[in-house]
Amino acid sequence: MSYRRLVQASLFRKKVRTALTIGSFAVALFLFGILAVVRGAFQQGVDVAGADRLVVVNRVSIIQPLPLAYRDRLLRVPGVTHATFARWFGGVYQDERNFFPQFAVDREHYRAVFPEFAIADAEWQAFLADREGAIVGAALAERFTWRVGDRIPIKGGVFPGAWEFNVSGIYRGTRPQDDTSQFWLRWDYLDQRTPYRKGVVGWYTVRIADPAQSADVARRIDGEFANSPFETKTDTETSFAAAWVRQAGNIGLLITTVGGVVFFTLLLVTGNTMALAVRERRREFAILKAVGFSDGLVLVLVLAESAIMALVGGGLGLTLAKLGTLLGDPTGGLLPLLYLPPTAIVTGLALALVVGLLASVLPALSARRLRVVEALRQI
Amino acid sequence: MSLIQVRGLSKTYRRGGEAIPVLQALDLDADAGDFVAFMGPSGSGKTTLLNLLGGLDVPSAGSIRVAGDEITRMSAPTLTAWRARHVGFVFQTFNLIPVLTAFQNVELPLLLTRLSKAERRRHVETALEVVGLADRMHYRPRELSGGQEQRAGIARALVSDPTFLLCDEPTGDLDRKSADEILDLLSGLVEEYDKTVLMVTHDPRAAARAHVVLHLDKGVLVGAGAFGPPA
Repeated sequence: MSYRRLVQASLFRKKVRTALTIGSFAVALFLFGILAVVRGAFQQGVDVAGADRLVVVNRVSIIQPLPLAYRDRLLRVPGVTHATFARWFGGVYQDERNFFPQFAVDREHYRAVFPEFAIADAEWQAFLADREGAIVGAALAERFTWRVGDRIPIKGGVFPGAWEFNVSGIYRGTRPQDDTSQFWLRWDYLDQRTPYRKGVVGWYTVRIADPAQSADVARRIDGEFANSPFETKTDTETSFAAAWVRQAGNIGLLITTVGGVVFFTLLLVTGNTMALAVRERRREFAILKAVGFSDGLVLVLVLAESAIMALVGGGLGLTLAKLGTLLGDPTGGLLPLLYLPPTAIVTGLALALVVGLLASVLPALSARRLRVVEALRQI
Repeated sequence: MSLIQVRGLSKTYRRGGEAIPVLQALDLDADAGDFVAFMGPSGSGKTTLLNLLGGLDVPSAGSIRVAGDEITRMSAPTLTAWRARHVGFVFQTFNLIPVLTAFQNVELPLLLTRLSKAERRRHVETALEVVGLADRMHYRPRELSGGQEQRAGIARALVSDPTFLLCDEPTGDLDRKSADEILDLLSGLVEEYDKTVLMVTHDPRAAARAHVVLHLDKGVLVGAGAFGPPA
């Protein structure tokens, strides 16, 4: 036998109680995992944003366009190495519930600015060769079982009319958290078909030589277009994405509040369970002390019981949350990237452990303080 | 010098503002290989004396010296370590841990030692053989009879080869036949293995097995009836 076996035997003494406590941790950590996934989905744009990229939008509003001519002027701004642009397309595929982001992109330079999206050269060449070509993300292709060569009808929203695109290629993310739910069409095709809005783009994305100089470069860009009919507002891609997330509300606060309430409740439930477990076994702890177990060792044994329940339950809950993310997006495209990052798993397990230990501190101290003579006298 | 030497031992409990003397200026000597029984009415201080001798409680005054160690001056952690090395407890209600097998219960005190797993196994098997429970070593307490549970309790007390055994009413919860078997076992430990046993009992038949019977009344030793050690 070992101390591990002793703790294990104690845990299996009341199987239902142990199972329920582990279940409480599992449910709480499952919820934590799901909240982390949702937060990650909202936060994803911020997390994957390139440190060396700036986003240039119209100072009035992002829905106001910018002239195509700005691209060459952007490239002349010191510190800027690449510039590309895109435009929101906003069409509907079959049903409005089938939402996914559609961008009309600059076919010449888009790839160079977003190297994290991997596309086969042959597929990109096919995209360049076909004005109705489209590049779709791997997750999006999987969602609608699209393959290269498929013809995709899309009803125009921002740009009315019936549109049809040929899937020229499928891009994949080079990192697990990269968004592969996008649909790219050619900006030049969009521009040709919308003569009433010619020569304008939605926003520019530029790459800069030195991320440490991003504030200076952004200032220079906005200075370049100051007092023009199309003044710009330039920010890092991270700030841009964070501002976008803020528009959806304070997701972080919401999640922290819900998570806090759940963990506090878990703390009370587990604390009560451990207090009961220690009270029932006062005599056994007295025996352990009588045969030579120190006060500290008894304390550690109680803490270990709680910690094991916390980690097993927490691990179970997080595993279920991870499996849940593999089932795909249940929101019909609102949360295209369901990803439980390893940092959330580690944080979840650490939180479970802290709650488990905190919950058992008082019962463990009571077991530590227990006087053998008094405990043995109480039959 | 005696193995156990008690001088002027007193214990007073306080309830509210009232002092309740339980043991008063008690002197006692026991040698290695002695089998001593303490008798007396309830509340006479027998169990308190046993607790003090086992280092489970601290006296209000006096000293207890065991094999040269003055235990009343030890700090709590030192006393705990001393207890693990020198004392084997046998309780009236056996006090086995129900979720562990007889083997695991007996092994508990050895977890505190540096013995290897194989050495611990050998010690446990030996102790269980001595008490005649080798064939039940993988049974849990609820699968054992009262007598068998007490045998496991004695094996647990013996397994670390302590300096002496303290038995608090070891036959109090047993039928006559089982009680006799346990008393045979304790006598055998004294006679064959030269163990020192100090036992509290209400049962004159149990006390009759001891070499010396000491009577306590209101915390004072009032007389000794020596049944006499073997020659």
